[in-house]
Amino acid sequence: MKELIKALVETCGPSGSEEKVRELIAAEVRGLATSLEVDALGNLIAMVRGKGGGRRIMLAAHMDEIGLVVSHVDERGFLRFQPLGGVPTRTLVGGRVRFANGLRGAIGAEEKGLGQNDLPRFDQLFIDVGARSKEACPVRVGDVACFDRDFVDLGDRLIAKAFDDRIGCAILIQTLKELGETPNDVYMVFTVQEELGLRGAQTAAFGVEADLGIAVDVTRTGDTPEARTMAVGLGGGPAIKVKDRGMLTHRGVRQWMIDTAQVAGVPYQLEVLEAGTTDGMAMQTTKAGLPVGVLSVATRYVHTPSEMVDYQDVTNSVRLLVELLRRPPRL
Amino acid sequence: MLIQQLVEADGVSGHEGAVRQVLIGAIEACADEYRVDALGNLIVVKRGRGGAGGVRSVMVSAHMDEVGLMVTYVERDGTIRFSPVGGIDPRVVLAKRVRIGDDRIPGVIGVKPIHLLEQAERERVLRFDQMGIDTGMSADEVARRVTPGTYVAFDTAFQVLDEGGLRTVKGKAFDDRAGCAILAEVLKDSYAFDLYAAFTVQEEVGLRGARVAAYAVNPDVAFVLEGTVCDDSPKDKDVSPTTRLGAGPALTIMDRTVVCDRRLVRLLVEEAEAEGIPFQIKQPAIGGTDAGAIHTQREGIPSAVMAVPCRYIHSPVSVMSLNDFDYAVRLMRGALHRLEGGLEA
Repeated sequence: MKELIKALVETCGPSGSEEKVRELIAAEVRGLATSLEVDALGNLIAMVRGKGGGRRIMLAAHMDEIGLVVSHVDERGFLRFQPLGGVPTRTLVGGRVRFANGLRGAIGAEEKGLGQNDLPRFDQLFIDVGARSKEACPVRVGDVACFDRDFVDLGDRLIAKAFDDRIGCAILIQTLKELGETPNDVYMVFTVQEELGLRGAQTAAFGVEADLGIAVDVTRTGDTPEARTMAVGLGGGPAIKVKDRGMLTHRGVRQWMIDTAQVAGVPYQLEVLEAGTTDGMAMQTTKAGLPVGVLSVATRYVHTPSEMVDYQDVTNSVRLLVELLRRPPRL
Repeated sequence: MLIQQLVEADGVSGHEGAVRQVLIGAIEACADEYRVDALGNLIVVKRGRGGAGGVRSVMVSAHMDEVGLMVTYVERDGTIRFSPVGGIDPRVVLAKRVRIGDDRIPGVIGVKPIHLLEQAERERVLRFDQMGIDTGMSADEVARRVTPGTYVAFDTAFQVLDEGGLRTVKGKAFDDRAGCAILAEVLKDSYAFDLYAAFTVQEEVGLRGARVAAYAVNPDVAFVLEGTVCDDSPKDKDVSPTTRLGAGPALTIMDRTVVCDRRLVRLLVEEAEAEGIPFQIKQPAIGGTDAGAIHTQREGIPSAVMAVPCRYIHSPVSVMSLNDFDYAVRLMRGALHRLEGGLEA
């Protein structure tokens, strides 16, 4: 599964420009799904028809990652930019970016008005692609870039950009590969624009009309030096969400996930996240509402170019999802 | 000129009736039907001629409402307290003329003379709740005619600033009466598909009208017409002006509320290039429009935004170029005809 993960995280797909990620996922799931479609906003919906007796279940993982959008090209060829999603500026200076066409650049900061220890604002930063003038600059206003970092395999632990939420995409793909027969109609939805406000999940959930939903996304951890308190850590197993800032998960779905993990002997941890939310929030409040749970992957350094996950957590997440989907849900 | 009638009507968010009346008068002759929905959106239908390839219905929207003020309290001496409706910088309202309620009672927002200002006061920005409207009327008269909840609009006359060159005009509420006026022009033409013109309410307080209009119309694609930020005065740093006056209609790649459908943006660019219409790309990630509510409606509606650059928006006065306006009308009409052949997969 590491090859799949590497391919996913090294693909560039900032919010609103997910097409390369979508192509990669479509190629992976094409032979496994009963139907495969792309909706009006660009969500990829892979449906597996169940053999009957089950429910209509929507699973969501988002294809997009945080990134940058060029807002101005100055006379000397430097690029001003704005964030796509929640980008912390402290990780940017000295970092590198990659544009959709493969062009790379470095991020610099203004010197006047910025002390050694000051956090820069976005309007004090710029991208340098080595152009000598506006005319010679190959980048245009509106072009988007992602962070330029390689996938690193440390054995048990993995480092990459965009585990948020390519690791969720990888888990859904692998679940589809291992699922086999199911009584449920399973809709694997790879969503767009989550980082901009759960936009893809909102429209996909409206169209799918599921009986039940599970979002698969990352969550932060409390297991690093002087971290804010949080009872989630790397290697503790898939995290079953209780709440975050955007939603309270459905008690029945949550208990079903816990019971299933216990019966199958899959380690798990319970997650209470004080900030952030996931596609689960948009799914829960669509139309007349539906019961939604969230499976989170513990991830250190979320929204930096070097996010870290535990490989066992990833494979255990797949095991749990396969167990959940093989039988009709019992709430 | 329709734009003059539109900006001299008052339509602070939630109270768009006067603007809607002007628009009904303007579109009645060319509409197949029109209706006013529960929130006050004016939805005009122009039936298609037929023969459209793939796209059956298109919604084009512009919002009728403008930012303004609302009376919160009338003091015993007749001074009127107010709060803003929509996003207004408190620095732009001091010493401005306003008109209150449907009777358009004239008033001014009072300001302390510089003679009496302490140094510290000069550097501080007054909060809205520290300001008052002075009608010059007796306290009894004010109490009789003005109640909490009464709307207050800026009192700004439309004026042509330059007949040649950029053909600049000044007035209030070009955001988004410019869009309304463009949409009224677009309706004069006919198209292969059904065209729904949605003149929406309450954009400035959260895209509320557009949300329900898009649900009801459920179009295949949508365009939003706007008057947008233009910050093209000289600056120390080489940074984006957001848009430039006189450089043509501005196309949005993305803003805070929407990533525009790339096919529709390409369609607009192709039409502009084919017809020699100047256009510009608006600084991304700034501002938001009704497209934010429209594109996430139902199963998703591909949307794009075209705007006329307007200096000083969300203040009592704004400036725009009628050249940009005329180009915007041409570009929107042309892009709609180009869409009759369908949208690429």
